[in-house]
Amino acid sequence: MAEEAHGEGGGLVFHPLDQFKISPLFGDGPIAWYTPTNVTLWMGIALLCIIALFVLGTRARDIIPSRVQSVAELMYGFIYKMVEDVTGHEGAKYFPYIFTLFVFILFTNYLGLIPMSFTPTSHIAVTAVLGFGVFIAVTLLGFYKHGTHFLGLFWMTDAPLILRPVIALIEVISYFVRPVSHSIRLAGNIMAGHAVIKVFAGFAAIAAISPVSIAAIVAIYGLEVLVAGIQAYVFTILTCVYLKDALHPGH
Amino acid sequence: MEGDIANMGQFIGAGLAAIGSGAAAIGVGHVAGNFLAGALRNPSAAGSQTATLFIGLAFAEALGIFSFLVALLLMFAV
Repeated sequence: MAEEAHGEGGGLVFHPLDQFKISPLFGDGPIAWYTPTNVTLWMGIALLCIIALFVLGTRARDIIPSRVQSVAELMYGFIYKMVEDVTGHEGAKYFPYIFTLFVFILFTNYLGLIPMSFTPTSHIAVTAVLGFGVFIAVTLLGFYKHGTHFLGLFWMTDAPLILRPVIALIEVISYFVRPVSHSIRLAGNIMAGHAVIKVFAGFAAIAAISPVSIAAIVAIYGLEVLVAGIQAYVFTILTCVYLKDALHPGH
Repeated sequence: MEGDIANMGQFIGAGLAAIGSGAAAIGVGHVAGNFLAGALRNPSAAGSQTATLFIGLAFAEALGIFSFLVALLLMFAV
């Protein structure tokens, strides 16, 4: 319906959301769940990069690390410290899961910044799997560790008795909104940034304002490099916060 | 004719949803500004609180992203 507004007369030469189109790698038949698409391709590339950095890069296990090894050690140490700071010592057991999430999101975000590439994390379908995965895992873990005691997370014993049902209702709602906001935050940020770059790229076709819009693209690209890292960090630290709630529901 | 009015409503709605992005910008500015104000008073405690800063930023920003999403849905999906 909005096509008329963006047609030949509308100004933009291409649609800013075209870059998020999922297309099969071979031929163009219908897309089933097993069809290799560009999402598969770029997830695979991200996986290969992660393997290259963490398996091949640290294979030597030098006492004095090489450059690649020190990058890997830096990331490992950074996330390990974060998990330990937020969730306490018993949370360190779940570090592999959290580190996997962080590295996957970080690499897909950064690979998506390469021109003509594709960002799997810009799709809510991808981030929702990650977000709901965290939600389900954390909820099950909470019930497994604390049984019905876990529901104390919603029943604030330090609030006045009259207010407690109201607070419990709000807490329950906010608990169930968590996976939604968790996944939409990542997808929305990445998608918004990429769409803005494309909108400015559309303005570059108009000769009078093309220098301004190209400068704007450079500036926004710099911002996107920042956002890609921060969103991976934010996703991970929120996972840690949710994990902390499951491990220590009392406070 | 009816289509035109529906289109107009879409665009007005998308524009109204953009107000939410501005509101989120105010929120993010508050978080960052207050963090900086606190950090300059007590720089030694600032380093340990950056995680809290980012959590606050993320929560404030997420709501702006929601409104942006509403705008996008109105423009392209409805």
